[in-house]
Amino acid sequence: MRGATRVKWAVGVVAVVLTAAACGGGSDSGGGSSGSGIVRASWADPQNPLEPADTNEVQGGKVLDMIFRGLKKYDPKTAKADNMIADSITTTDSQNFDIKLKPGWTFSNGEPVNADSFINAWNFGALLKNAQLNASFFSYIDGYDQVHPSATGAKSTATTMSGLKKVSDTEFTAKLNQKFALWPDTLGYSAFYPLPKVFFDNPTAWESKPIGDGPYTVTSYTKGSQMSLRKWDGYKGPDPAQNNGVDLRVYTDNNTAYTDLQAGNLDLVDDIPASQLQNVKSDLGSRYINVPAGIIQTIAFPLYDSRWSSANSAKVRQGLSMAIDRKTITQQIFQNTRTPATDWTSPVLGDAGGYKAGLCGDTCVFDAAKAKQLIQQGGGLPGGKITIGYNADTGSHKAWVDAVCNSINNVLGNNNACVGDPTGTFADFRNKITSKQMTNPFRAGWQMDYPLIQDFLQPLYYTNASSNDSHYSNPDFDNLVNQANGATNTGDAVSKYQDAEKLLITDMPAIPLWYQNGSAGYSTNLSNVALNPFSVPVYNEIKVK
Amino acid sequence: MGRYVIRRLLQMIPVFVGSTFLIFFMVYALGDPVAALFGDKAPDPATAAQIRHDLYLDHSLPAQYIHYMKNLFSGDFGQAFNGQSVTELMGSAFPVTIRLTIVAILFEIIIGILLGVVTGMRRGKPVDTGVLLLTLVVISVPTFVTGYVLQYLLGVKLQWTASSVSPSAPFNELILPGLVLALVSLAYVTRLTRTSIAENTRADYVRTAVAKGLPRRQVIVRHLLRNSLIPVVTFIGTDIGALMGGAIVTERIFNIHGVGYQLYQGILRNNSPTVVGFVTILVLVFLLANLLVDLLYAVLDPRIRYA
Repeated sequence: MRGATRVKWAVGVVAVVLTAAACGGGSDSGGGSSGSGIVRASWADPQNPLEPADTNEVQGGKVLDMIFRGLKKYDPKTAKADNMIADSITTTDSQNFDIKLKPGWTFSNGEPVNADSFINAWNFGALLKNAQLNASFFSYIDGYDQVHPSATGAKSTATTMSGLKKVSDTEFTAKLNQKFALWPDTLGYSAFYPLPKVFFDNPTAWESKPIGDGPYTVTSYTKGSQMSLRKWDGYKGPDPAQNNGVDLRVYTDNNTAYTDLQAGNLDLVDDIPASQLQNVKSDLGSRYINVPAGIIQTIAFPLYDSRWSSANSAKVRQGLSMAIDRKTITQQIFQNTRTPATDWTSPVLGDAGGYKAGLCGDTCVFDAAKAKQLIQQGGGLPGGKITIGYNADTGSHKAWVDAVCNSINNVLGNNNACVGDPTGTFADFRNKITSKQMTNPFRAGWQMDYPLIQDFLQPLYYTNASSNDSHYSNPDFDNLVNQANGATNTGDAVSKYQDAEKLLITDMPAIPLWYQNGSAGYSTNLSNVALNPFSVPVYNEIKVK
Repeated sequence: MGRYVIRRLLQMIPVFVGSTFLIFFMVYALGDPVAALFGDKAPDPATAAQIRHDLYLDHSLPAQYIHYMKNLFSGDFGQAFNGQSVTELMGSAFPVTIRLTIVAILFEIIIGILLGVVTGMRRGKPVDTGVLLLTLVVISVPTFVTGYVLQYLLGVKLQWTASSVSPSAPFNELILPGLVLALVSLAYVTRLTRTSIAENTRADYVRTAVAKGLPRRQVIVRHLLRNSLIPVVTFIGTDIGALMGGAIVTERIFNIHGVGYQLYQGILRNNSPTVVGFVTILVLVFLLANLLVDLLYAVLDPRIRYA
């Protein structure tokens, strides 16, 4: 009977495995189909918890933009910051702001949106203990240094920012620690959204099913796989949802999302894979969207390194800028989903917002002869050759870095003058940059937080600013930025910023490459699909047939 | 038998500790994950320090390992960056991948062994040559090519099946991904079975069985197949582990949120608790699958005994 016993053992083990596998299977939930007025859209897993002050990337941001409304909202077409919950934001000195709220706004659990909702949310976001990734957005508010000291290991000496004062339920004041004329226009960013009391009672419970004050409510959320949002009928704002809801489904591979769109399993894809760009027009026709977004790609230089810090080095950098054939690369490699850059901002700002086509002039236009001449005047490439650093894990940067190097090599008539220098992961790449270990130029991308010229210049090129990867420092530039922030009206501020931007032409701390477009495709079930300046679909305006 | 199993299980403990140790240190070598959390912005030092403190990253590497193991033995596999516990991730990922693996293994067993027996019995006939040629093609085409091609043909053009798998991943949606995952191994199983059968048809015991006048069916199934399956079982057993860990490509193509997806995400985000936790479990799966194979030997071959 020994044989029989052995068989029983084996069968037993197999049975255990099968039972384990059967758990959780079969319960098919969500996945709304067309005909019910639900938009089925692609998504990627947000990297961080879905808290407004802890979400700094697009995937989490798109959910927050559906379930929240803040003081201001950026117009999906013009990127202008319009009052949403704010009735008015006034100032006389660009430093003390008086914020009045419209009455009647509520969260979807019935709680009113009042001055405390904003003050508490902002204090929570700024407090060091909460380690929120967007804490620095509150750094202009007076008292931030006490709540969030900048030194490593320091402890906060206060839990609330002294600059925020409640006047009444519908009014509060904000005192900044410096003049910043454009500050009200930054308040449409998701970090500044209000939070209901239930959040502070139990943030973890709130995260599993976020409650906000926007046109949608979250009905179910399976982390890492899908989220169902439904139209909130109690929403009183001016921009209610035109559809019954949105089902977001996580895709690991944007190729699969695109295939699902073709197969009719999905209605909206907001990331067309690079490999499909050649076919997308014939596949989707007019259902393919390709519009400018607030993203600029540059090549930054480590100005702290002795190879790039000499006075003559600026000529080399200008020469390199002129050695890059932006037009051909954007056509051949990106199929016109990028536009050659001619300044350091983005076309989505519009002329009034500070975008100026051609601001960079000839220095950002391909000119082989002049490029070679400038590089030689500057003493040639440091060490006779350069590398361009990039991260190899995401974003398929290899193709364009190789093309840029090829363009430079052709200009210099030397096949080894420039080569790509991949780093395995984005984390490692960023570590090298922030710890100042770069000795050669590297790729840098910037996606705007809010559509202001300030956001394209100050964080990137102001002395010791948070994203100044080049560690560029020019007192004249800093001075002009300070003047711009102290200006009393937007027009003056913008023109001062453009004066500052012009200094970048001669110093060339980063070479502007191209403006990135947002791309999306949708099924025949949908109409009125558009991308906003942040390259996120305007979900609430989508109509389902 | 029982004592043998217990001994084998005890042997797994040092392997378990050793593998977690190695994996922990290798993932650590990928670098500091905190900088990537801030995207293209430089982290502000105070927030970065606070996050490192919360994740226990501000201690030395050995201290981190001891801390991790301590938590592990109290059943806590740590946390992913989005605030989910790794146990929760495992709870959602493993059932999906196990279902996928079961589908793949069933394909291997049913189609692979069937084809192997047919070709082994008809050596040199057109069927044999045809199947051999087919397996050669399958082995030489990479998984992602067969995956994308089948997905496009069956999912988009013919619409016979969904082109991707829904988050709950029921068995019926996993048939195509399971087939894609199994294809290469299936070809190997066919070839292994064929060779083994071909060898054993000339064995004495088969001749005896035939001479005894046993029906052909009984000779093949009871005597020939049972003895020829030993190398095939070894292959399939070790393949269980390989399929579960190696499903990354298939899971990406068909958007299956299983082990491969979580591992990929964990590596991309330098999230050591996720990677170490999942790989540790995969190591255990390998060990258990091997044990299962050894036990199956005894079932197939009466001469093998475990004391």
